[in-house]
Parts: sequence; structure tokens; C-alpha cells
Amino acid sequence: MNYTVNEKGFYGDFGGAYIPEMLHHNVNELKEQYLKIIESKEFQKEYKSLLKDYVGRPTPLYLAKNLSKKYNSTIYLKREDLNHTGAHKINNTVGQILLAQKMGKNRIIAETGAGQHGVATATVCALMGLECIVYMGEIDIQRQAPNVARMKMLGAEVRPATSGSKTLKDATNEAIRDWIANPVDTYYLIGSVVGPHPYPDMVARFQSIISEEMKIQLEEKTGKNYPDKIIACVGGGSNAAGAFYHYLDNPKVELIAVEADGLGVATGESAATTQLGSEGIIHGSKTLLMQNSEGQITEPYSISAGLDYPGVGPLHAHLFKSGRGTFIGVTDAEALNAAYELTKIEGIIPALESAHALAALDKLALSPNDCVVVNLSGRGDKDMETYIDRMPTN
Amino acid sequence: MNRLEHLFSTKENILNIYTTAGFPKLNDTIETIKELAASGVDMVEIGMPFSDPLADGPTIQHSSEVAIENGITLNIIFDQIKEIRKTVDIPIMLMGYINQLMKYGVEDFLAKAAAVGVDGFILPDLPLDIYQEEYKALFEKHNLKMSFLITPQTTDDRIKLIAKESTAFLYVVSSFAITGSKSDLQQGQLDYFKKIEAMKLNTPKLIGFGISNADTFNTACNYANGAIIGSAFIKTLTTATTELKTTIHNFIEPLK
Repeated sequence: MNYTVNEKGFYGDFGGAYIPEMLHHNVNELKEQYLKIIESKEFQKEYKSLLKDYVGRPTPLYLAKNLSKKYNSTIYLKREDLNHTGAHKINNTVGQILLAQKMGKNRIIAETGAGQHGVATATVCALMGLECIVYMGEIDIQRQAPNVARMKMLGAEVRPATSGSKTLKDATNEAIRDWIANPVDTYYLIGSVVGPHPYPDMVARFQSIISEEMKIQLEEKTGKNYPDKIIACVGGGSNAAGAFYHYLDNPKVELIAVEADGLGVATGESAATTQLGSEGIIHGSKTLLMQNSEGQITEPYSISAGLDYPGVGPLHAHLFKSGRGTFIGVTDAEALNAAYELTKIEGIIPALESAHALAALDKLALSPNDCVVVNLSGRGDKDMETYIDRMPTN
Repeated sequence: MNRLEHLFSTKENILNIYTTAGFPKLNDTIETIKELAASGVDMVEIGMPFSDPLADGPTIQHSSEVAIENGITLNIIFDQIKEIRKTVDIPIMLMGYINQLMKYGVEDFLAKAAAVGVDGFILPDLPLDIYQEEYKALFEKHNLKMSFLITPQTTDDRIKLIAKESTAFLYVVSSFAITGSKSDLQQGQLDYFKKIEAMKLNTPKLIGFGISNADTFNTACNYANGAIIGSAFIKTLTTATTELKTTIHNFIEPLK
């Protein structure tokens, strides 16, 4: 089985570029240039240098002793939460901003849900002195005020998406419309492994630094360069794509993708795309998505804004359908418990998204010989309000 | 002969009006199309409301949201067209997004569309290569025509390719834009229309996006077989104070 994208942009049955003709020129331009540019020595040198000195990589691979004891196995945390801006998102924005510069684009647009990708985009635009416009659902703007303020302080313009459900999927629609209307000077900086080819492949490549480092760090710490299991949460799926990337072809590694069950898959308030979704097209990509019998895309729900997306990247749809990936659902309540638990025993407050990955530990039959890596994709600062509201009273 | 082929071989200055199915009220589709035909419109496009219409601007998107709220479904649209076809013989095209057809089942969908009297399709997010590889044979089997879009950024070679596959008409997008964004036509757009005209394509051409009134319609007709009005018509329906029939009649009259 092949897990890399083919020349038409498909992973098995999924992917491609289902875009209006108005985007053909832009997407084609990107498709023809991205590999040439990002594989060049010059680009790699700049990219790696920024990752090291600006982002703060490599991020630690931390042996969580207390967590390991609890589950009676060996559990490492890949500390993406220690990146500049607090999550893995910046690995991708640093890469794409360099690419945009080399393509001669001077106006950057992005979509954001919780605001993490918006902040990471506004950050690199400030660094490079580029104009930055972030589309964000009107409802998300209200519930993520601190990130809106950060983006504004960084010099970005935050434009509300007022159509549809006024959340991430609508912000993505608005960003795509902006790109249609401004095809010459504008670069669309997508935040996850979604959208038309080549975005899923490009974003996965930029996030693959996570598993590239993991291999070296595991070799140092355990004497072999792979774990038995890797656990990562999946909304669109960029941190999971990065954590899985260099192990896709290694069948000894179980790849565990954790989706947000929300209040539970049977409640109608869920974002568990592989369980509730079916094949179709969302944001230019053929993949699994949540939709009704009319093909109308339905609004997902999760306590975690980063997992609150009705689709999933085409790579993950392929991992699901081919059986290469194990998909597990975690509810709001289970994720919250896992967040409080990690904070208490390891002194690390995880992002709500990453807490879903941690909660999956409870659902696996782990043995004492198992070596597990949990990708701790982000830190919990942005979720403090939720954590305080729901704090257990003991 | 398909109604579209007949229209384009017999008439110039074709006025094509877009309306959203199920808007402003669920069953207004029927009266709207009947009145458009009675007012002398040459052909119509019926939009199949979609939750995530990437190629549409705010006006049409809003009308789609209202229509979905009204309870429009693909089967209701088929029933409405069946009713319309009892008295209306102008070409009817459906405009929508490929996900709607995929979910319904493409083959089943096309068979039903052909059976109720649909003549062709505009599916902006169905890429040309995937159409050719996966769907073209199905459309041809049911004698359903296709229109693909070109924009000012489309290369000459690609224009020729797209024109060849556009068996209904070539949809000439007037600018870098989503639907309904401009109020007049600029010099750059006219140069682009002239360029397309000079290519002497065999496919009939309709200009769309930014056509909103008699002025822009007449200008577009100088460079193509006609033009498409969408957002301006929907905007008129949205803000109308007169009854539907009168509103439509008053909108179309200055265009004829």
C-alpha cells in the first residue's frame, strides 16, 4: 500500500483538486512550484534555521514517568506545545510563508477556527513584513477573544465570516472566495492537511519535522528509532500527519488517530468524521465528511475548536479506509479528565485538542513492553476558561 | 435536437437568467420560471442550493441558505421542473456542486434530471479532467449538455480544451470574482472579451458574473452570444415589494 500522494494529488480514493476554474491558475501554479522550491537547499537551510532559532525546535521528546507508571508502559510526549505560539501550527506557517515569498506573493490570507493557525500565520507575516488577513467565523470570534486580540496585536486584519454556520468551514469558504477575487498577489496559507492538492501533501511535509525528530530522539533514548504506537488527535489532521509521516510505511508502528466524539457519536453533537461521515467533496478535496442525505455539509460539534471540522484530510481518509490507521473517538468529558490528569501528575497543561490524544491511552490495551508516543500538539493557555469552568470540585 | 443546441443555432443576444430553487419561498421556483419564460427570457439556470457554495457571492449564498431553510431538496427540484415542463419549453440548466450529485448517486441523478426535462449542467467545482475521466460518458448517455467556466487567467490552450468539452455553451467569467461582485464592465474585461472573440471558437459563449442591467447585458452581447444574469436577479427577488410575477416582469422588460 502506498501512503504518499500520486501525481494527480490522490491518496488512494481521496484527495484531488475539486476547485472552480477561477482557482485553476493559482492551484496549478502552486502545484508546479511547491516541490521544486521546498526541496531546494536554499529553502531547506532557511526553513530549518527558522525552526531552530525562531520556533525553538527540536521540541523535546519527554519520557512521562508518572503517566507511564499509571498505564504500566513507556509513554513519551512529543512536546509540540513548547513551540513558539504554543502549538505545532507554526511548523507549517513558517514553511508556507517562505514559499509565498519565493513565489513573489505579498498578501497572505488564512482561515482559522480557534485562532491557533490565525495566530501562527499573523506571527510569520509580522516576521516577514507581509500583509495578513485572517478569516474567522463570527461565532468563533466571540468565543476566542484572546486569540483575536493576539492576531490584531501582530498586525493582522481579522475578517468575520458571517455566512452559514459562522465557524471554521465558513471561514475557509470565505478565504477561498478571497483567493478567487485576488488571484495575482495573494497567497492562501491553509492551516491543515485539507483543501485541494497540493495543500494536503505540502502541509504534511512541513509538519513531518515532528516524526523526523522523533526518529532521532527515539533512537537516542530507546536504541530503536520507532515506537510501537503513535497517538495524535485529528480535526483536519495536520499534527497527526506530521507525527505519522516518517512511519507511514513501517507496519511495526500502529498509527492511532483520535477524533472528537463531542457529547457522544449518537447524540448528534459530535465531530467524529470517520464514524459519522461519508465520501464527498469539501473545500476542494475528496474525502470523508459529515453531510446529510442531500449532500449538505453538516455542522460538527466538539468542546475543542481545533477538532470541530466536518471533514478530515484525504491522507487520513485513506489511512482509515485502508485500515493502516486506527481511529478512536474521545468525548468532551474524557478529554477534560485527561487534561486535568496530565496537569496533576506531570505538571503540563495540554490543549483541549491534545487532551483527546491523551484520553485515548485509557482505551488501548497497553502492555509493559509497549513504547508509545503521544503527540502533545499544543498547550492549554487558550483553553483556560473552559478548564476553569469545568474544574472538578475535589 | 437538444433544446440548447436549437437555441444557440437559431438566436443571438441570448438572455439567460439564474434563479435559486426554493427561493424566496419553497414553491416559487415554478412561478418564477413560468414568468421568466413568459417575459421572453431565452433560457434559465436553476441553482440547487448548497451549504458551501464556493463559487457564489453573498447574494446567491444567502438565497441558498433561505431555500435550504424552506426545505428544498433535490427531489423537490425535480418535481418542480416536471411541473414547469408542462408549459415551458425554453432550455433549463441546473447549477450546483458536485458533492450534491455524488451523495445522490451521479447516475441516478442524471437519469432523473433528463427524465424531468433538464437540458444541461453547470457544476463549478467539477474539474474538467475528472469530468472527462469519470462522468462524461454518463452525461452523454442522457444527452445532457455541459458548460465549463473560463476566466481572464485561463490560458489559450486551456480555453480551447474547455470550449471543446462545453457542449451547452462556454461560460465566460467576466472578471477575477465570485458571482455578483461588480456593477460595470472595465476596459480590461472588454479586452479579454475581444481576445476570446478573436479565437473564433466553435462553441457558443455566454458572459456571466457582473452582468446586472441592460447596459452591461448589451455590452456583453457585443462580444458573445449573450449573457447570464444571476445575483442582480436574486437581489431583486430578495428586496421586492411587489408580487413575484410583477417583480419578474419589471426586471426583464428593460433587458428585451
